[in-house]
Amino acid sequence: MSGYNWLSAQWRKGLKADNVRLAWRDIGNGWRGRELWVTIGLHDLRQRYRRSMLGPFWITISMGIMVSALGLLYGKIFGMDLEVYLPYLACGFVTWAFISGLILDGCKSFIDSERMIRQMAVPLSTFVYQVVWINLLVFAHNIWIFVLIAIIFGVNPGWNALLALPAIALLSLNGVALGIFLSLLSARFRDIPLIVASVVQVMFFITPVIWKPDMLPGRALVLHLNPFYHLVEIFRGPLLGHVPTAENWLAVVLVTLVSWVLAMTFYTVYRWRIAYWV
Amino acid sequence: MTSIRLRHVSVSFPVYDVSSRSLKKRLLNSATGGRITEDAGGRIPIVQALEDLNLTFEHGTRVGLVGHNGAGKTTLLRVLAGIYEPNEGTVEIKGQVAPMFDQSLGMDPESSGYENILLRGLCLGMSRREILARTNDIAGFTELGDFLSLPIRTYSDGMRTRLAFAVSTAIQPDILLLDEGIAAGDASFLEKANKRLHAFTEQAAILVLASHNDVLIKRMCTTANLMEHGRVIAQGETQEILALYAERKGKSLHGGWASS
Repeated sequence: MSGYNWLSAQWRKGLKADNVRLAWRDIGNGWRGRELWVTIGLHDLRQRYRRSMLGPFWITISMGIMVSALGLLYGKIFGMDLEVYLPYLACGFVTWAFISGLILDGCKSFIDSERMIRQMAVPLSTFVYQVVWINLLVFAHNIWIFVLIAIIFGVNPGWNALLALPAIALLSLNGVALGIFLSLLSARFRDIPLIVASVVQVMFFITPVIWKPDMLPGRALVLHLNPFYHLVEIFRGPLLGHVPTAENWLAVVLVTLVSWVLAMTFYTVYRWRIAYWV
Repeated sequence: MTSIRLRHVSVSFPVYDVSSRSLKKRLLNSATGGRITEDAGGRIPIVQALEDLNLTFEHGTRVGLVGHNGAGKTTLLRVLAGIYEPNEGTVEIKGQVAPMFDQSLGMDPESSGYENILLRGLCLGMSRREILARTNDIAGFTELGDFLSLPIRTYSDGMRTRLAFAVSTAIQPDILLLDEGIAAGDASFLEKANKRLHAFTEQAAILVLASHNDVLIKRMCTTANLMEHGRVIAQGETQEILALYAERKGKSLHGGWASS
């Protein structure tokens, strides 16, 4: 009982107009100070591959190996034509890698930057933007695997492919919100990244990435209630040449709204505490 | 006009990873550091790092923070930097603040000297353009020449310190917050470094330095604050406060012996 009172007092104290303004100012100032996270992000990525011969090109290579291995195996298992299956798998897998990267790395935005947070007077959102930016860079390396496969198998999405741009923007926007929300919780409860990791792993198998939605008999509810399906589909659809359904777009817009409301509510109440937690 | 005003500022930390009861008890009974209490439910120890601080630093203030370990000096610096927002009270700061707590913040051993100038510069709040404009000045001051193109893991400690020092002192903040001063490196470099350090701290409108080094405090500050258990217990001239601190240190040491 006392624990509950204490929590509700915290929220009453935290949810004030002043704090809302401060939270949004943090998000805005973090964006304005992008020179910092753009440079550090680029540097981080280059750092991981420094002194290796191929450098960041390894990101592309390992994705290529993964996709071809999975493609050959599951193409056989499902008895599907490689020229249909491989582009589908490549596009879905690259998108999945982006989304799961945003979530898994997002959890650690604050924890991993602990040292900087305690020494620098910069908006905390800086570290969330940095994670999203690094994942975008990795994604920009991975997408070439799909491009290569699409060229080999003659997939021509036409002008629909342009719809992939707003899709990637929406996914990144979700990445920022989820990053704020999850890394805030993770800074306080260190089990969160571990829980999230196992959930994401399960979601990978529930979401149609290696299998196709029409393989699911009766088009189960599981598919349409799964936000990840819609998140993947708005990007994969356009690149394979078909326009995502209104349901897909609506679902993603809804997910974005929910994640931002969640993120901003928690950020408003607990932003000031994060520096103490890390 | 640059100024700092703290009114009734309190900062407390919950300590979450203390699970064993005995450790908790030990914490609750410890003599150094901030006051330690428990939260409402009595489950989580809370360290009261700063308690009801009222401070005003005007333009031109050069203040040293003294006190034993855990008296709240670093926490106070972090509050002044805007890193910790206090639980209670208000902080009003006019002017651009530069916290300088860790000399190696932003430095990466695998990157070249030039890259490190950029990285550390960004971490200290400079823009890329400002850094590029000052790179020649910084590089010249370090006297590292062609070494600046090599990764700094190949540097000696002294060379690394020089580089960090040169970048640190290239910024021009209104308010400078220092924890234990700035290391200047080897003796041959010291005179030149001291000159630069002097010019650097002179140009800041307010300087706050936390240190255990009396000589450093005397050299750089005109006033001092003595902190104990998260409170400022005395303010005044540097000499006077340092003397008071020495006296109290002696006393507690003596008391400690008497009781044991």
